[in-house]
Amino acid sequence: MQRIGVFVCWCGSNIAATIDVQRVSDTLAHEPGVVFSANYQYMCSQAGQDLIKDAVRDHALTGIVICSCSPRMHEATFRKTAAAAGINSYMVEIANIREQCSWVHKDKMVGTEKAITLGRAAIAKVNLNAPLIPGETPVTKRALVIGGGIAGIQTALDIADAGFEVDIVEKKPTIGGKMAQLDKTFPTLDCAACILTPKMVDAAQNDKIRIFSYSEVTEVKGFVGNFNVKITKHARFVDETKCTGCGLCTEKCPQKGIPNEFNLNMDNRRAIYIPFAQAIPKIATIDPEHCNMLKSGKCGVCSKVCAAGAIDYTQRDEVIEESYGAIVAATGFNPISMDKFDEFAYSTSKDVVTSLEFERLMNAAGPTGGTLLRPSDGKHPHTIVFVQCVGSRCSADAEKGKEYCSKICCMYTAKHAMLTREKYPDTEVYVFYIDVRTPGKNFDEFYRRAVEEYGVHYIKGMVGKVMPQGDKLIVQASDLLDDRQLRIAADMVVLAAAMEPDKSARSLATMLTASMDTNDFFTEAHPKLRPVESPTAGIFLSGTCQGPKDIPETVAQASAAASKVIGLLCKERLVGNPCVANSNENMCTGCSLCERVCPYGAITYSDKEFKMPDRSLRIRRVASVNEAVCQGCGACTVACPSGAMDLKGFSVQQIMAEVDAICK
Amino acid sequence: MQIKVRKPLIVAFCCNWCSYAGADLAGSNRLNYPADVKIIRVPCSCRVNPTFVLRAFQRGADGVIICGCHPGDCHYTSGNYYTRRRMTLLFSMLDYLGIERERTRVEWVSAAEGAKFAATMNEFAEQVAALGENRRLEDLRCKK
Repeated sequence: MQRIGVFVCWCGSNIAATIDVQRVSDTLAHEPGVVFSANYQYMCSQAGQDLIKDAVRDHALTGIVICSCSPRMHEATFRKTAAAAGINSYMVEIANIREQCSWVHKDKMVGTEKAITLGRAAIAKVNLNAPLIPGETPVTKRALVIGGGIAGIQTALDIADAGFEVDIVEKKPTIGGKMAQLDKTFPTLDCAACILTPKMVDAAQNDKIRIFSYSEVTEVKGFVGNFNVKITKHARFVDETKCTGCGLCTEKCPQKGIPNEFNLNMDNRRAIYIPFAQAIPKIATIDPEHCNMLKSGKCGVCSKVCAAGAIDYTQRDEVIEESYGAIVAATGFNPISMDKFDEFAYSTSKDVVTSLEFERLMNAAGPTGGTLLRPSDGKHPHTIVFVQCVGSRCSADAEKGKEYCSKICCMYTAKHAMLTREKYPDTEVYVFYIDVRTPGKNFDEFYRRAVEEYGVHYIKGMVGKVMPQGDKLIVQASDLLDDRQLRIAADMVVLAAAMEPDKSARSLATMLTASMDTNDFFTEAHPKLRPVESPTAGIFLSGTCQGPKDIPETVAQASAAASKVIGLLCKERLVGNPCVANSNENMCTGCSLCERVCPYGAITYSDKEFKMPDRSLRIRRVASVNEAVCQGCGACTVACPSGAMDLKGFSVQQIMAEVDAICK
Repeated sequence: MQIKVRKPLIVAFCCNWCSYAGADLAGSNRLNYPADVKIIRVPCSCRVNPTFVLRAFQRGADGVIICGCHPGDCHYTSGNYYTRRRMTLLFSMLDYLGIERERTRVEWVSAAEGAKFAATMNEFAEQVAALGENRRLEDLRCKK
């Protein structure tokens, strides 16, 4: 029999306000095995932990039950306390009486009853706990960063700086991501390329960093410290080692008129292309969908003009297998599709553009060379209407758009308005907004400058409809503060499209077994205290794949993720999870059902000699579990027909005891 | 005379990686659900042995719900698929034994779906309460 101590936490008033903690600790004191029971204001505090340590010493406790917040919050804390007090850290069980009782049940009587029941279940479990010792696994001291935008680049640079090798996998032909497409950045108005491209060059020149562009992660196996990843390098039909990036092929290719994705299809490229002048790696890529040579075998112009002889029409996709200790997801965002927003005439008028398209129109390297011209007729626009929150902050039942705020739109719209007024003072600029949200260093000052110094017309209200009429766009809107309807004849309309996670994130999350929220943003391990870690060990999050954020925040998070990765890679060995499967060889019949359900291949069979009751020897085939590989899901324990397989820490007996305690 | 209203008893097996965290989120968002629901934490929904469900009914539970990660999102890649198959079989067997289908359920709740967790528990508890007490599998020897 264990000697169990029960410790009921008040959590300030979080628990004590709706649960009679005194009654809980008094009642649980009479449970079988319990020799000590107490309650205290903050169990997790130093004083609370000292109370536990003293009780372990004074009452020779062998097991601890803590009735407090969720084990996801403080299980690790109390396990350390137990270890410090000299008992095995897996002799601790937590009854979650905060998240599951005090916070969800208002009635004190009901909450207290339930807290007692949950406490009983935890006591019943601890009675059957056995000390567990975690195994150790070595760490592969290399990291993988998926996504080569500013988030991925910053993370990779920081990890490489600490002396570890990093690979960046980018699905586009160049790294740089969305930031490479931007013109200026708020609130300082420095040019995006001027601050991004040196970082891209740094990454390319760093001998610790390898860049796999035009590549995708296609398989992830393994676990923290030991991931095995398959990277598919798509065929670009150009030998990377030979191409000098001179760009001659991109000028001579006869296949013109292919929409240029980098300029958001507002101008054209050839079938062989380099996305932009500062691309990294600066290597041409052939688009197999449009290349005549690849489609019909007739052409070969690029091959003829290439002095380096880099063109290789026979190139095939290549699969590279690598192992890593940590993986960082930095898959970024895209503006949402405007398909469902027909009221803004995006599909019918070329002069209705998204903010990212506007960004290209303002960019010196963009389709218009930085002169603001209407996409339809190339004329200067004299009236521009900006519409905010297009697809952001939509109601859940609107069936279009997102419920969340995309966070950056208020600021980039202020930037666009300001830049337009600065370059073309004769242009009237209107901004329609629901709220202007400008929290951030120097952000509100920036917005006020747009209004006060640059004379941008900010109007609180929503645009109802945009109607193309002749060469004008009639914008029908309401001014909520003046309570009147407006009709503005605009030359251009710019839609601040909501940001959504990149589509590739969903399948990546499945591969990484990292969880996502309902909007397909990656979920962090704790929204406040572990914001750059995924709940899955060894997977880290960087940038907008975790939630909408601007460049300073993205860079901050990227560095934070890098520091977490470095912390992991610095370790020689990782302490594993001791709650793994365990096979009772005396009961095992060697049926291999468990081997078939194991997702990690942790179960192997071997022939072993067993002494029979008559002292004869018999060789039987039995299962054994590789504890370093087993992740402790428990699938095998249920598949096992003879009951030989059990899971340490969540054994059949323990869970049965919990069921019994709850159903008493 | 005091009328004793019997509250239904519901055992919820929750996966540590998704629905247990979903329950925590329901808690931190203060989303109420009946106290009849008692949660047992398991590392994966596939850890739930059918015998645990039978045991719960034998000991007087009125409903059993198993919550796991959405298909494709299992922390251990495939555990929830086993759960789905095993429980489909078990529930149809229980139905044959007279434990109504409405007393058993498998639900996918992610760590981000606190609202879904609370809504599911409210609905399930109501459904089980409407059926009344479960006597079919209850082992009278277990009654003290």
